[in-house]
Parts: sequence; structure tokens; C-alpha cells
Amino acid sequence: MTSYDATSAYDVDALLDQARILVCCGSGGVGKTTTAAALALRAAERGRKVCVLTIDPARRLAQSMGLSELDNTPRAVNDVDTAAGGSLDAMMLDMKRTFDEIVLTHAEPGRAQQILANPFYVSLSSSFAGTQEYMAMEKLGQLKREGRWDLIVVDTPPSRSALDFLDAPQRLGRFLDGRMIRLLLAPAKAGGRAYMKVLSVGMSVFTNVLTKVLGAQALKDLSLFVASLETMFGGFRERAEKTYQLLKEPGTSFVVVATPERDALREATYFVERLSEEQMPLAAVVLNRVHRSAAPELSVQRSLAGAETLDEAGDAPLAAAVLRVHADRLAAAARDERTAARFAGAHRAVPLVQVAAQAGDVHDLEGLRTIGEELANGPEASAPVA
Amino acid sequence: MTLFPGVKLHVVTGKGGTGKTTVAAALALSLAQAGRQVLLTEAEGRQGIAQLFDTPPLPYEERRVAAAGGGEVYALAIDPEAALIEYLEKFYNLRRAGSALKRIGAIDFATTIAPGLRDVLLTGKVMEAATRERRGGGRLYDAVVLDAPPTGRIARFLNVNAEVAGLARMGPIRQQADSVMNLLRSRQTAVHLVTLLEEMPVQETVDGVAELEAAGLPVGAVLVNMVRAPMLPADQLDAAAAGRLDGAEIAAGLKRSGIDATDRLVAALAAEAAEHAGRVLLEAREREVLSALGRPRLELPLLPDGADLSGLYDLAARLTEQGLS
Repeated sequence: MTSYDATSAYDVDALLDQARILVCCGSGGVGKTTTAAALALRAAERGRKVCVLTIDPARRLAQSMGLSELDNTPRAVNDVDTAAGGSLDAMMLDMKRTFDEIVLTHAEPGRAQQILANPFYVSLSSSFAGTQEYMAMEKLGQLKREGRWDLIVVDTPPSRSALDFLDAPQRLGRFLDGRMIRLLLAPAKAGGRAYMKVLSVGMSVFTNVLTKVLGAQALKDLSLFVASLETMFGGFRERAEKTYQLLKEPGTSFVVVATPERDALREATYFVERLSEEQMPLAAVVLNRVHRSAAPELSVQRSLAGAETLDEAGDAPLAAAVLRVHADRLAAAARDERTAARFAGAHRAVPLVQVAAQAGDVHDLEGLRTIGEELANGPEASAPVA
Repeated sequence: MTLFPGVKLHVVTGKGGTGKTTVAAALALSLAQAGRQVLLTEAEGRQGIAQLFDTPPLPYEERRVAAAGGGEVYALAIDPEAALIEYLEKFYNLRRAGSALKRIGAIDFATTIAPGLRDVLLTGKVMEAATRERRGGGRLYDAVVLDAPPTGRIARFLNVNAEVAGLARMGPIRQQADSVMNLLRSRQTAVHLVTLLEEMPVQETVDGVAELEAAGLPVGAVLVNMVRAPMLPADQLDAAAAGRLDGAEIAAGLKRSGIDATDRLVAALAAEAAEHAGRVLLEAREREVLSALGRPRLELPLLPDGADLSGLYDLAARLTEQGLS
């Protein structure tokens, strides 16, 4: 019943068998985490050694994957079918801890403690919007370097915009390497009058403002923090760019996740266009929660007319109700199909993979398997009735 | 009946995908129905309000987007960069320094990188709009609705000024931080949480309420969005969900309405009914979890054609009916 060829033509299993890194992105609430977990599980059960990095899984899904321990390292998932020789490890990103670990690895012990206690570091590492994206990238780089896995599947943070995942790390890198930083470093390095001399007018305005706004103590904290960061990171930008390059390597593919709704598809469109600008390989757009009907031959109008006839006669309330359920479902399916067709029409080169709306929330491996099956073989693979 | 009579600032949060922006806009319309002047603000730069009201992207300027029952709704998309320059001018008379600061990347720094400063600017601007006085210039509002960041970030977002107070121990920035916190923690503010009757948004709502309470922020109503009317008789739900509906009864009914009741069709319809019943039962369980929060709970129907402008007025009417006006 699908009218766009890309849907049936796309071979998800081939992707799972060959990819080295899969990045799942999309706006919040579209089922990104579930999609990432389902792809990872399917790849593992097809024989690959897989690690899935999740950001914010639903509690019960996390438990079913053994993710109740927050120790920021991948743990083996139990009950995965390993007959084909594969395995599945999973971890949940702890943003602050990942940042702390970078500090502890790169700074001398005394210095590290100083940094960890600095109020600006505490804010940056735990609440700055963008740190999470950067740390997800950083963790991906670490996992990749470990070399233990054939495939790493990454779920991206629930950002305001899906593009934040691509932009935030470089923004953070640019900032930490930028002129601002050199300015803030100046007082720590030179001090006193020598420092005043090197400042341009714009910069002295800036330090005045900062002193006025934040107060002298806060400025000193900030300057110390920045100085510590510099000794530690050398070229922060270089590091951010290296991770970014990882995303352009052969073997890396992106999966954009959406639902057949206006806002989610708009975000998906931004992402698809951006990936193409950056020459990053888009594998497919996954459309989650697509409504399907098991009896498309019985039309909405016919069903509602039938229900009305029964209502008037006052008998067969069950049949009338069942007909209304069907009409509602078929109308939703038709809407979703139109939406999907519109998106497919505007992005003809992009394979579109559809997953049917699930009856309940997915929170166990069996549910993930069902979704994996649909991702690979189309929604009919698990339609309620054959 | 009005649920939150003394509240002037309505903060609307919700998990991604729950329709938070739509509900915030409907709330603004509902408040305006009573003849009020309402400002609807958006803090995340997504231009969601402009899309809802079918207008071109909003500049950093208050624009009228709707008139309803004697009142009016103005909208403002808060741009952190512009808010910073406004802020510097207001407190330090520094508007002309703006371009110099921009050149060296200081504005970039302040609005995207500096710990929480972006949130400070956003909450500061909202407070300014909510507490305007006659002689201060600018339009006066009876109510302000903030389309706020998602539930997972809301307590941190609203509480950012308490953190600022920890970093800046005195001076105008400290005073500003204190007055924003005073407003947000007062009875003039209510933080409403938008959710769906699904496991994850409900869990986030429960967590969000706990975090808001811990931060001393006033929790308002739980707004359940996209509620579907149950279509099966209540006494048949369990049987339907378990796949034990009487096939013969369905087949007989179909025949009476003139539909050819093949076994395949009856089985397909029963399977669809089973999924529907499963969803209804799951929603009932999630509804109980929300009831246990002990907050006013309002429900909004699923709009079959999505949230277009007329749908928005429907939702506003539902909020009014349920006392959020």
C-alpha cells in the first residue's frame, strides 16, 4: 500500500551489517532513543559487536537494558541472542562525569581539583546548553578509540533543535579557543599595568562591563577557570574538530528520526538539508508512530454510516463501537500516509523507513525486536493481523 | 470558577512532542477571552508562536497576534542577544558599547556560552514584561504566558537566578536576580506542566513537579493534551484488550448495517479494537499516576487535523470551561 519506492527499496539490514557509526538524530519526543536501541539490538543479533550510547532513555527501557547503573561505561545487555556471534553493550551518558574525566585525565592532580571546584566549571559542566552535545561527541570519540566494537549507535541529546548536536561542540570549541579567552587570560598571565596596555578599547570596555556586572571576585574565578582550561586542553577547537571529522569518515551514517507531524518533519527537513551541505551521509529518515489499518478496504464513510445505522436501530452497540474505532484509525492512517508522501515527494533521494504506531510504550527487548523487524522489513512485518 | 485567580505569570512547560507551545498559545487566548491584555512569550528561538498564528517570524518586538472576546494577545519571541543589549542599556547605560562587545565575541559569549546567562536574560525579560508599571513605558499586560523550555530543564531554567545570586554576591545583577526569584516563587506565578497520557511524558511530569517543589517554585496545573475519547463501551474494554471480543456478535452487527462480514474483516476490526482498548487502559493507568500528584488536572482533546488556528480557539474554550481563564 506504500506508493513511494524508496520505502521498500531501502535495505536497513545491509546498513546494520556494514556501518561503523550510526547517529540517530531528530527533535524531542519522536522516539529517537527507542529507534537507536532497536537498531543496535538488531545489529547485535545479526552478529555484530555493538555499543549503544543513549542520552535519556525512558526509565523502564533503561532498566530492561540493564542501564540502572550510572557509571558512564558500557555494560553488556542481558538476554540478547548471541547465536550469530554478536553482542550488545549499552551505556547512558553522564555529561558531568564525562567532563570531569577529561579534566582528571589532562590536568595535574592539584590543578584538576582546583578546576572541579571552580564555580564557573560547575555551571559549564552541568548546565550549559551545548555541553551535553559536546560530551556526547567526546564520548563517541572515546568509544571509537577503544576499538572494541564493530558498530557504535549514538542517540543524540534532546536539544531544542536537532542541529544543535552538530553545532554546539564547535561553538564550545570556538569559544574556548577564541579571542575572548585570550582576553580573560590576560590578567592571569600579565597582571597589572602590562595587562592594561595590551587591551584594545573594545576589550577594556568589556572587562569594565564584566567587573561591573559580575563583581571582581567572579571575574577572578572566571579568569582562573579559563587559565586552567587552557593549560589542560591545548587546542580545544582542534579536539572538537577531530570529533566532528569522525562524523565524516566512511562507515558513519546518520538516521534522522521523525513522526508524521508538522513540527517533527520540519526539524527533519532542516537536518536532511544540513547533512547534505556538510556532505555527511544520511542513511534514511525513520518515520515513527505511523498509523496503519488492518482493513483498509472498509472505508471511513462506510464504517461511520454503518455505525449510525446500528445506533438508530439501537442494537449491536459493540459492532457500532468497533466500526467507529476502525473509522478513526483509518482516518489517522490516511493522514499519516499523505504526510509521508508529501515529505517523500520533497526529498526524493532520501529513503523513508516507516514504523507503525505501537499499541503501548516500548520497554523491553521484545518490543525493541518488533521495532527492529519493522525497520528492516516494513510496517507490514508486524501489522496486527496478517 | 477560576483556578488561579491571583496569577499573573503563567509558565508552560512540557516534554518535547506534548504540544507545549500549542497549549501555551491556547492559554493566552483563554486568558484574553475575559477582556485581558495578554503577552505570549517564547524563549527558545523556534518561532513556534508565529507558525501557530500563521504570521511571519516574530521580530524582537511585541506584536498583536490575536483578538479574542474583548482582550488581545500580543506575542514576543525573546532574542537573548537583543535582550542582553537592552539589559546593558537599562542597568549600565551601555548601548553604544554593544557593537564593540559584539566584535570581540563578548555577546556570543554571554548569550551562548556563559553559564546560564542566556537563561538569566530570558527570565529577566519575562519579569520585566510581567511587572511593567504605568510610567515605565511599554505596553501594560494583565497576564504573561511563557512558552518555557522542556520539563527536563524547567526547574534549572527558572532557578538560574538563584545560581547567579551565588556567583554575584552584590551589585545590580544580584538585585535583579533576587527580584526575578521573588516573582517566580510568589503566588503571582504558576508553572503548568503539559503532558500526554503516555509513560515517558507522565514520568517526566512527576519528576518535574518534584524538582519544581524542591526549588520552591509554584506548581500550577497538569495539562493533559491530545486526549482521545474512548470509543468502546467501558464494560468491554478488558475483553477487547485481551482479544476476547465476541466475533459472532460483531459479525452479526456488521451484517445488519449492510457490511459484508468476512472472517478476515471481523478479525481485523477486533484487532484494531484490541489496540484501542489497550491504549485506553494504559491511559487510565497514567491518569491515576497524574491524579496522585494532587494538582488540578485539565484535559484537552486530540485535534484530528492538528493544531491550526481554529483548533487553537477550540482548545482555548476547553481551558476556559475548566477554569483556566
